[in-house]
Amino acid sequence: MATETRKEDGQWAPAPGQSSPPVTVPGDPTPQDIAQDKLYRQLGLTDAEYQRVAAELGRLPNYVEAGIFGVLWSEHCSYKSSKPYLKHFPTTGPQVLQGPGENAGIVDLGDGTAVAFKMESHNHPSAIEPYQGAATGVGGILRDIFTMGARPIAFLDSLRFGPLSEPHTRYLFANVVAGIGGYGNCVGIPTVGGEAVFHSAYTANPLVNAMCVGVLPAAGIVKGQASGVGNPVFVIGARTGRDGIHGATFASAEDPHAKERSAVQVGDPFLGKLLMEASLELIATGAVVGIQDMGAAGLTSSAAEMASRAGGGIEMFLDRVPVRETHMTPYEMMLSESQERMLVVLERGKEDLALTTLHKWGLEIAEIGRVTNDGQLRLWFHDTKVGEMPVRLLVDEAPVYNRPVQASPPLWLPQTAQAENAQFPAESSEGVPESEAAVEQRALTLASPEQWLLRLLADPSIADKSWVFRQYDTTVRASTLVGPGGDAAVVKVSGSRKGVALCTDGNGRYVALNPRRGGAIAVAEAARNLSCVGAKPLALTDCLNFGNPENPGVMYQFAEATAGMTEACQILNTPVVSGNVSFYNQSYGQDILPTPVVGMVGVVDSLDKVVGGAFTCQGAVVVVFGPQDTSLRGSLLANEAVGFPWGDAPALRLEMEASVQSLVRALVDRRLVQAVHDVSEGGLAVTLAEMCIAGGVGLTVALSEPVSSPLGWLYSEGQSRVVAQVSREDLEVVEQLAVAADVPMIVLGETGTPDMTMGDPAEVWWHLPVAQLQQVYREALPKAMATVDGPLPAEFPVRQSDRGERQDLLRVSDEDGRRDLKTGKNQGVRS
Amino acid sequence: MKWAVVVFPGSNCDEDAVLAVTQVTGDSVDKVWYTQRDLSGYDAVILPGGFSYGDYLRSGAIARFSPVLAGVQEMATAGKLVLGICNGFQVLTEAGLLPGALLRNDHLQFRCEMTPLEVMSNASPFLADYKIGEVIQVPIAHGEGRYYADEQTLDQLVASNRVGVRYLRNPNGSLRNIAGVLNEAGNVFGLMPHPERAVADWMGSSDGRRVFLSMKRFVESQPVTRKGDEKVASLGDRTQTVEVGQSHGN
Repeated sequence: MATETRKEDGQWAPAPGQSSPPVTVPGDPTPQDIAQDKLYRQLGLTDAEYQRVAAELGRLPNYVEAGIFGVLWSEHCSYKSSKPYLKHFPTTGPQVLQGPGENAGIVDLGDGTAVAFKMESHNHPSAIEPYQGAATGVGGILRDIFTMGARPIAFLDSLRFGPLSEPHTRYLFANVVAGIGGYGNCVGIPTVGGEAVFHSAYTANPLVNAMCVGVLPAAGIVKGQASGVGNPVFVIGARTGRDGIHGATFASAEDPHAKERSAVQVGDPFLGKLLMEASLELIATGAVVGIQDMGAAGLTSSAAEMASRAGGGIEMFLDRVPVRETHMTPYEMMLSESQERMLVVLERGKEDLALTTLHKWGLEIAEIGRVTNDGQLRLWFHDTKVGEMPVRLLVDEAPVYNRPVQASPPLWLPQTAQAENAQFPAESSEGVPESEAAVEQRALTLASPEQWLLRLLADPSIADKSWVFRQYDTTVRASTLVGPGGDAAVVKVSGSRKGVALCTDGNGRYVALNPRRGGAIAVAEAARNLSCVGAKPLALTDCLNFGNPENPGVMYQFAEATAGMTEACQILNTPVVSGNVSFYNQSYGQDILPTPVVGMVGVVDSLDKVVGGAFTCQGAVVVVFGPQDTSLRGSLLANEAVGFPWGDAPALRLEMEASVQSLVRALVDRRLVQAVHDVSEGGLAVTLAEMCIAGGVGLTVALSEPVSSPLGWLYSEGQSRVVAQVSREDLEVVEQLAVAADVPMIVLGETGTPDMTMGDPAEVWWHLPVAQLQQVYREALPKAMATVDGPLPAEFPVRQSDRGERQDLLRVSDEDGRRDLKTGKNQGVRS
Repeated sequence: MKWAVVVFPGSNCDEDAVLAVTQVTGDSVDKVWYTQRDLSGYDAVILPGGFSYGDYLRSGAIARFSPVLAGVQEMATAGKLVLGICNGFQVLTEAGLLPGALLRNDHLQFRCEMTPLEVMSNASPFLADYKIGEVIQVPIAHGEGRYYADEQTLDQLVASNRVGVRYLRNPNGSLRNIAGVLNEAGNVFGLMPHPERAVADWMGSSDGRRVFLSMKRFVESQPVTRKGDEKVASLGDRTQTVEVGQSHGN
């Protein structure tokens, strides 16, 4: 038994007997038991991984060590399946101050101010406990930002759910939104943007990706490093409890529903706010050597990663960790994911600064260890060594797998067709249409162009998201220039004359159909959205949400999608500076649509030039820039008509994309456009309708040439297209600039009447009052959520891990679906 | 004029209030930590929005026991100006400086949106630069903003011109559409909407500016020797003659 004594000068005496192997904590299984009964499998290690641990250590790991290897070598922490692909992302550029590898990426705004940002997924916890899952996702990403020394200024959230016709989906959606608001509103950071998309592939596995953006002086970056031998290590904030143990391994498990709810953490936004203020104040004193959030895998990952970045070691005395429960074992302390905790390394001798700051904010602080130079993560518990592992083995040399990748695209199987089409009871039993003409024919038998417009505007993925955003504080900090609902949000940056533009984008349907192009489109669309408000895209963060990486088809999607993203990043000059991979998004064997989500940051040099996406006045000309496209491949309309994603991802030529974006930015900068909005989900028709709706201004489009495929012309989601409102006087200049930029431009029509009228010489497609469009667009989501709005009788029954119960639930709703199919009623609302 | 903005643990609109006052009035503003008891050096104090103590127990219920509330109480008694915005309003009702209570929104959701308000009374130092009946746009952002008081109190508030502003489109189920109320003396005002988030056109409204301008004009027109010896005349006694924003313009 080694003994520890603390000397007067605050230094720990070197512990004798360091070379002896760690002991087994009373009550833990012995190393032999772990090996014999293969207990390591429960800890997330494979047989091969366990054998490697034992070989490298030269002995059998004890329970604490096996648990630590289990979480640090989990997919969630180690990126073992994705690393070989992520290294292809461009990560550098003159604007990049900090690339991937730290708590967040940082870009330079060019005037001494820098922006730190990162996006992270919290999919699995949100599937089980939507309120806390979403809230702790927001809290976690918040801490990643302020640990860089940045003052958080904005949140964005990218959400994916199943169809809202399912009661359980409404329960998940309502509570995720409430959880995001519950945390973000309380900490006083505005939620300024994001997306909410609904598709049956996400029914059992919703996606909750939260992004946080912060501002700091370019010279004031703080890193998560444990450097300076002898420097003291502190844990600050919340006490450590038993909540969230195994969260990281849980996130890397196939089926979240098969896991217990105890793996979900509970957030305390009030404590999160205090921790943020105290940390920023502490960082400002200059006493902080390194600071890191205890996120996934808690104390284990924060300590190991900080030591790894500094190339040193760390030694911790676990009996000094403040705990909130009695009899906590070292294993539990190391693996707890209790929220609102930070690990801080201070400069020796400046501990008093920390104590003063933390006490001012009423937070707990405890010195629990010190920085060493022997490259070991060493753990002590009541003077006994309970763990000793090389940091490089835990972090840097964690396994990397070149998982089998299918050589050809996986066949997109329309398993989800039935549920997908609940809202549009199409005759989807006809099989997969072979030609585009067949799709158009099928769509036309379902609805006229006018009916399609109204249907798409009422589709929850397109419809007005005020129902979501009004539950978020969007204006706290009094710096939100453009809030949610537009192409991109714009936030003023204090201490700078500039602003930042922010958006998130990603379309799982496109990636499912063509992973490479779909990945490229995610990047292209994000950059386009920033360009539409006049911002220059700087860099991006990503959340790569995919299915099971052990499935070669999923790895094909991942490999191709990241390759597509890489191409787009290179051509659009938007390096990847931070991000996160979320695999195992599947339930009951069904993978989600592959969904890489891109969060992009751009700089706005002149805030007074920012334009919106609403038509502003009558008598102005409406034009569209970019290539003409009438293909319905990949479109939402095709999905609705066929019952599942159909065809291919929409067309994208990256060089054209870059030209269109740079033209649009130039036009905004010269004040030649009065309103700008890009063509995306729902195609040109939806883009134009949204501009009418937002401005309350009508539009007349009377094409001079007949259109051979009206639905294609109206609803194609061909990329690189941007609609703009231009004054008559400026039209000629704009035309010249478009020609000079080699960007096609078409004059569509004129703003004016209180109606939206569209047609070609053959036919008037529709003549609808803007007020009606507004009503359809604005009422869709509140209507779909009507059953959970207002006083709730009680929450929907808690879904435990019982698979049988869950299947019953699915079956019941299937029956509902069929019944509704017979009545032929629109299933947006079911009371 | 000297302004104080109180910071409780969990306040999150303190910085916004400081910026708004500085930008609108040009005055200096001190942030005052919740442990400071003495506020005698200030002409006006703002209790800002946020989630003091995480809104745990009840919004404002813990903050009212903070040492700084003693100083706020003294300012109120001395006839100095006390403005509570959102969470600050909740603290003032919990502390008994304003009547009524703020309950959870009737739809149980947080609500953040630009909201039209009608100015009901301009006899107070907070709303003097507005016209009675004027409609102003000010954002709300709260989950617990449903104003509640018993019928008798509500009648009294209305009769004595102490409803400062009311909602034109009730966002939370507040009784009589009340968005902000005054104390009897008219020197304590609490409201759920955020005037500090409506002080520039780029914010979508600059209608909140005149709250701070009205306060400044009131303080600067007072005799210097007002030393908390007598209570100011009650609100009902004052005449409502002030024209819109004449001395400090927008």
